[in-house]
Amino acid sequence: MNNTAVAKNEFGRFIDFFIQELKPRGKWLTPFNVISILTILAGLIILYVRFTQGLGSVTNLSQQFPWGFWIGFDVITGVALAGGAYVICFVVVIMRLEKYHSILRVTVLNGFLAYVFYSGALLLDLGRPWHIMNPLIGNSFGYNSVMFLVAWHFFVYTCALFVEFSPAIAEWAKFEKLRKFLSGLTLATVILGFTISMLHQSGLGALFLMAKPKIHPLWYSEYLPLLFFVSSIYAGLSMIIFEGTISHKIFNNLIGEKTHHSHDEIVLGLAKGAAVTMFVYYFFQAFILLHDGERWKLINGFWGFWYLLEIVGFVLIPCFLYAYGVRNRKFAVIKVAAILTVLGIILNRLNVTLIAFNWYAVDRYYPSWQEIVVTLMVVFIEIWVFRWFVTRMPVFSRN
Amino acid sequence: MDRRQFLRTSITLGAAGMPLNDVGAASPKESKEFVGVLVDTTRCIGCRSCEAACSVTHDNFVPDIKNDNALAKRRDTSDKQWTVVNQFSTSKGEIFVKRQCMHCWQPACVAACLVNAMSKTREGPVTWDGDKCMGCRYCMVSCPFDIPKAEYHSTNPRIMKCSMCYERLQDGKKPACVESCPTDALMFGQKRELMEVARHRVYSHPDKYVHSIYGENEVGGTGWLYLSAVPFDQIGFRTDLGTTPYPEYTREFLISVPLIEFGVPAFLLALNMMTDRRKEVSEDLELNRSGDDNE
Repeated sequence: MNNTAVAKNEFGRFIDFFIQELKPRGKWLTPFNVISILTILAGLIILYVRFTQGLGSVTNLSQQFPWGFWIGFDVITGVALAGGAYVICFVVVIMRLEKYHSILRVTVLNGFLAYVFYSGALLLDLGRPWHIMNPLIGNSFGYNSVMFLVAWHFFVYTCALFVEFSPAIAEWAKFEKLRKFLSGLTLATVILGFTISMLHQSGLGALFLMAKPKIHPLWYSEYLPLLFFVSSIYAGLSMIIFEGTISHKIFNNLIGEKTHHSHDEIVLGLAKGAAVTMFVYYFFQAFILLHDGERWKLINGFWGFWYLLEIVGFVLIPCFLYAYGVRNRKFAVIKVAAILTVLGIILNRLNVTLIAFNWYAVDRYYPSWQEIVVTLMVVFIEIWVFRWFVTRMPVFSRN
Repeated sequence: MDRRQFLRTSITLGAAGMPLNDVGAASPKESKEFVGVLVDTTRCIGCRSCEAACSVTHDNFVPDIKNDNALAKRRDTSDKQWTVVNQFSTSKGEIFVKRQCMHCWQPACVAACLVNAMSKTREGPVTWDGDKCMGCRYCMVSCPFDIPKAEYHSTNPRIMKCSMCYERLQDGKKPACVESCPTDALMFGQKRELMEVARHRVYSHPDKYVHSIYGENEVGGTGWLYLSAVPFDQIGFRTDLGTTPYPEYTREFLISVPLIEFGVPAFLLALNMMTDRRKEVSEDLELNRSGDDNE
């Protein structure tokens, strides 16, 4: 047999295998499935209306609030919470800390799907999505735009995450040669991925630098990019702890005994990392507040207290909870800290994009129920795809 | 790491950084002769001919300026009307103020646009190109004057804003609003000339005007300039926007991008090589083995 025939054969085998793998396994009429399927159907109907009658037909967007829940939550918050992938890649691949190896694949998969779906949600929000390729194919490069940088980095990083995860796919499809080749790319893609993560996580903050007169001064500073970058580190770590807890309950049978055992140590390590980064973030915030004498005076009334709630209630307190949990090996405390931290990130990103944005506006923006249903739809589809991947490919344990 | 791996790594990284290295820096000085319009609010009588003329020229919603009593409430420019006139009751009586795109010298919307759909033309008007725009609305987020407006109820939404009648300018005509103004409240020309006229009016009637020209330095200077009898915050202008051109706020970040893109990968590669203990481990093993042999 010549090479083409072999390749043809292999390809045919893969297609049959793939179709086989697409079929559902086990009973599928679970409460989660029923709720998620109904939500997804509702979301699709809303999207049909959105694409036939315009954004205004289903969203509460206005001329004063051009960016709503789909950008503020799905994209800006979703990407921050997906920061775990670049942190864990850095730790395992660059710093060679084998301890975290067992969560590398699942974290990369989570990151990849988060980027596909949450930055993909951007497409739903674009008024003229058929021009999406303009910034990529080069007929019109807006070099001076932070958005240009973010768009490119989203695209490249999603590709990098796919390459980082691809050895698992090759293993699943039994393409041994391909797997070896793809594994060889890991270091390069991790280095690239970390660099552009740094830039687009901070870039999301830099997007708002020009909105200076619109954002409440307590949330605006020239250090927004730095704050977004640092907070994405502990956001990602907390999300890994949070998701790991759920995964260990649901996919218990897929996770090997050895991984179970070391998982406690991993959680302690992640919590330690989160505690330190959160303290750094808190320090930056405090420094920015104290450095500029004018800012002190803003700590009064509703906005001052709202700011303190975010910084003390959702940064400083979970930071101490993490430290306490690590010191005393109290995993319940660590879980509470992780949930508080994730809520704090959501609060912070929504504050910058929606709540403290146009804080003086008379007509406030609230997401419509359709915007929330579509967001839930995106989350549910992501969970479905994630579940499909982990139940079929060697994600939790390596073969 | 072997040489092949090193090369593969370096080439991948280098290729990925390429499209982002060119960060153009705009000159902070005004060097070109951009055109603009001087609005003398003391001359405006609130007839709103400019609103009608603008909408007729650009095929937008034409207001019934005689009967719709629109001056009764405060309006903003919209996706249907690129310019509106508002009425303000002040200590110096009723003042009418026309609002539209300010056509900034260094516009935030142009710096924001990732596809160059918003552009500052050589002549000065800031225009929008629907063939490029992808509708991300970052221009709306960035504009300090909240001027770009989106058509939320269209499946092919446009970004709507005053273009200073760019097509008319190319035919050698004045903007439609300027031409329609019956009281000469609007004056079209190059900014340098307009500034001279404006200063002349302020100096010769110091009791009639406040001693400043809105748009001279605001957000780095704008194409449209305003004269007023009362402080500008009393007639609907924001006076807290500063004199820094808005693209300056993101300039430092953008300049750091190529630095990070080349510096950080090298740093990470170095960290990775530093933590490579494979050679040491094998050397240690060998040492131990030779020690065993000696015993």
